[in-house]
Amino acid sequence: MSKYPNLPATDAAALTRKDFATDQDVRWCPGCGDYSILAQVQRTLPTLGIPREDYVFISGIGCSSRFPYYMDTYGMHSIHGRAPAVASGVKALRPELNVWVITGDGDALSIGGNHLIHALRRNIGLKIILFNNRIYGLTKGQYSPTSEVGKRTKSTPMGSLDYPFNPISLMLGAEATFVARALDIDAKHLQEMVTRMAAHEGTAILEIYQNCNIFNDGAFAYLTDRQTRPQHELKLEHGKPLRFGPKNEKGIVLDRQMRPQVVEVEAVGEDALLVHDETNPTLSYLLSQLVHPDFPTPVGVFRSIERPSYDAMFTAQIEDAKKRKPGKTVQDLIEDAHVWTVE
Amino acid sequence: MAKAHEILDAVTIRFAGDSGDGMQLTGNQFTQTSALAGNDLATFPDFPAEIRAPAGSLAGVSGFQLNFSSHEVFTHGDTPDVLVAMNPAALKVNLEDLRPGGILIANIQAFGDKNLERAGYLENPLEDGSLSAYRVYPVDITTMTLNAIAGVGLNQRSAVRSKNFFALGLVYWLFNRDMQHTVAWIESHFRQRDPLVADANLQALNAGYNYGETAELFTHSYMVKKAPIAPGRYRNITGNDAMALGLVAAAELSGLELFLGSYPITPASDILHFLSKQKHLGVKTFQAEDEIAAVASAIGAAFAGGLAVTTTSGPGIALKGEAMGLAMMLELPLIVINVQRGGPSTGLPTKTEQSDLLQVLFGRNGECPLPVVAASGPGDCFDTAIEAARIAVRHMVPVVVLSDGYLANGAEPWRVPDMSTYAPIPVEFETNAEDFQPYRRDENLARPWAIPGTPGLEHRVGGLEKQDVTGNVSYDPANHEHMCRLRAAKVAKVADHIPPTAIFGPDEGDVLVLGWGGTFGAIRAAVDHAHAQGKAVSHVHLRHLNPFPNDLEAIMKRFRRVLVPELNLGQLAFVLRGRYLADLVSYTKLQGKPFREAELAQQIDALLEGER
Ligand code: SF4
Repeated sequence: MSKYPNLPATDAAALTRKDFATDQDVRWCPGCGDYSILAQVQRTLPTLGIPREDYVFISGIGCSSRFPYYMDTYGMHSIHGRAPAVASGVKALRPELNVWVITGDGDALSIGGNHLIHALRRNIGLKIILFNNRIYGLTKGQYSPTSEVGKRTKSTPMGSLDYPFNPISLMLGAEATFVARALDIDAKHLQEMVTRMAAHEGTAILEIYQNCNIFNDGAFAYLTDRQTRPQHELKLEHGKPLRFGPKNEKGIVLDRQMRPQVVEVEAVGEDALLVHDETNPTLSYLLSQLVHPDFPTPVGVFRSIERPSYDAMFTAQIEDAKKRKPGKTVQDLIEDAHVWTVE
Repeated sequence: MAKAHEILDAVTIRFAGDSGDGMQLTGNQFTQTSALAGNDLATFPDFPAEIRAPAGSLAGVSGFQLNFSSHEVFTHGDTPDVLVAMNPAALKVNLEDLRPGGILIANIQAFGDKNLERAGYLENPLEDGSLSAYRVYPVDITTMTLNAIAGVGLNQRSAVRSKNFFALGLVYWLFNRDMQHTVAWIESHFRQRDPLVADANLQALNAGYNYGETAELFTHSYMVKKAPIAPGRYRNITGNDAMALGLVAAAELSGLELFLGSYPITPASDILHFLSKQKHLGVKTFQAEDEIAAVASAIGAAFAGGLAVTTTSGPGIALKGEAMGLAMMLELPLIVINVQRGGPSTGLPTKTEQSDLLQVLFGRNGECPLPVVAASGPGDCFDTAIEAARIAVRHMVPVVVLSDGYLANGAEPWRVPDMSTYAPIPVEFETNAEDFQPYRRDENLARPWAIPGTPGLEHRVGGLEKQDVTGNVSYDPANHEHMCRLRAAKVAKVADHIPPTAIFGPDEGDVLVLGWGGTFGAIRAAVDHAHAQGKAVSHVHLRHLNPFPNDLEAIMKRFRRVLVPELNLGQLAFVLRGRYLADLVSYTKLQGKPFREAELAQQIDALLEGER
């Protein structure tokens, strides 16, 4: 039922992709990976059974942060790096809302790094989609905190010197309770990840490898080209052994120093392979450290654990306080001091 | 037989000691007892920036000054009549303020070689004749406290800590005070937690009182009678507590949920502390990871339909500037409270100053005017907070509230407001989905407040320039100019709701003293004094600093000279000159301390002299 008696709530069951599209022209460069991500989110939301008016999309600054303009939900295109903080305010005040953050590698990991790690550790029920294209697009091509060392860009003509973040390791280090990775081109998997984020209590973050075909074309080609993809993509599935390869013939084991090794499954037998467990922090971190080209790139849910969310506990504290001191007014509070009378 | 007492009109007393000596507590107890005795009063706590500066050092001196009187009081007093110095450092730091002939009570036990050296004394000032201008009462407070409470059974370290109650008892005797309030306070604060400490404090308090009565030191005591205070119910209040209460009150008056996004900073943190305790009233406080996140979370809460507030001090405002601009573009109600302190940079965190006026007026990129209001006294913070909420919601705009360290920590007796006499703050969330336009405006130029969860009103806002009415992104040059002017006109419109400016003194005359913020008391006292001498001097104190009241320019023109005293380098004067081409005299001070009444009186007189 609607919270507003004079207005009907949208029938969440009857929503379609079209209900989530605005009349604004989408202005990303033709061929940009952002289009696919937008389409998958617009496809997934109507399947979640949540009324459209309860969705809020908050973004920062950057190409990806135009996203809210194209979503016919409540939305805010805020300022550079601050979207998690703005969204935290929305969620803290109104826990019943479904609050999404749209951000990029520069927005989330450079100028907004502080807000990102705190939104993660606080577990405040935000759904954060981080478009990682390893470049600054909107400002026309400077290296970003996820660009590889030695990257030649407009601001680094002799190659960049600083080491990049491993975003998944960073998220895990920040105590995120749900961490996943997806590829812009993998529509079905992307939809699955978005659905799992929505179902998660607490903050969920999804890193999407997104191609910027203008300033960093092919950054993830090894993983997205049909030819090479099977050799490099390791799909994570909870409870399943870690296997990959064109014929699923390879797997991951640990050696006696706890170092991961790529092996032929036939040589060691499937029982020797590592088995994915989304609730095991050591394994999650280990998987985040499987980095191209030495290892296949894991895609899917690295970590998903249950931990009470900030917004739920926040609301519980308020309810508890109201029960302890019921029926108080501001007048009571004003007079909750030593009051004397002057005749 | 009890000693005789002398009646005094008003007394200013300062308690000074090490940060750990409990001087704030002592001062607060004396304040509450004086209020109960019917005095009018004003206080000024002055504490060091360091949490635990080395014992006995000059940096670690903490002071609390109180002016209590049998007539109306505007300030905490220029020059103390009584100084209680718990150690040489406290004496060194505070002696220059003590009025010649004033009473100095010194804890001689603390005047050993080590402490003298720490305070930079080569000789013991209590013995070298350098204090001959004062009435010096050397009292061995520490030893007498230890003797008095020897039976309680505390160890030496704990026992020494009761010495401030001995000092308090002695001063209670000196001013003929009833100790009942403090006795009850000790019982309620210590009895449960630590009964031995309760006993020790009570015995020290009594011992101090009895010492005054029996020792040969004091020939007589003093008495300050009741002041003619407007009848009513009173409580003591600090500016920070009043600000917090005002916010809770505004939430009740508007029916909105109160949300505070804040990051700890001196001297504003007490607002966060106070509000954090009001969860039973539905108050939501969010301690953010930094100043920017604090304001950003408040913007999120405003978007979601809360009465959103962020509290900080000058350095925090510098960090929040971009987000304040965003809130201006989003046209959402937001209250930004700046409890000013000495700057620039980290500056003087625990000292007062008014040097953020230009920052809050202009410190953002682009054309970004915001309404600015300022509180003039601790109690006035309550009404200022409510006024800020009213403006924010009525015009859908962020509003800056200026307080300062002096108001924030200073306390005064406050007539308990009756909430039923306050007009509600009308709020109507948009619910009508038919032809909804996020940037269509009402008569106050405010746009509708359509909050998430309302079906049919899904819309996007953002920091990019908006097309008029639709709120869609627009790069159209003419639209940009139109929108900049529209936002400025909206802020200017606030002035239409400002009541006629109150003038203290004649409507026209020789000198108008025009002030704002925490200088109210000193200015009012100086102008009151001038009236007593038959001078044509008036006082106007501005609550609204942007926009100014519509009648301000005409008022200024009715006086031959306008004096603008400020605790900065002339920021309001700068704005007034630019705005009105006004010929005015700026008087400024930047010492981390409030004005003294005497220095303002001198400025007024100098202007009057110049007129002749
Ligand atoms: S610059 Fe790159 S990331 Fe930005 S819209 Fe164009 S292709 Fe996409």
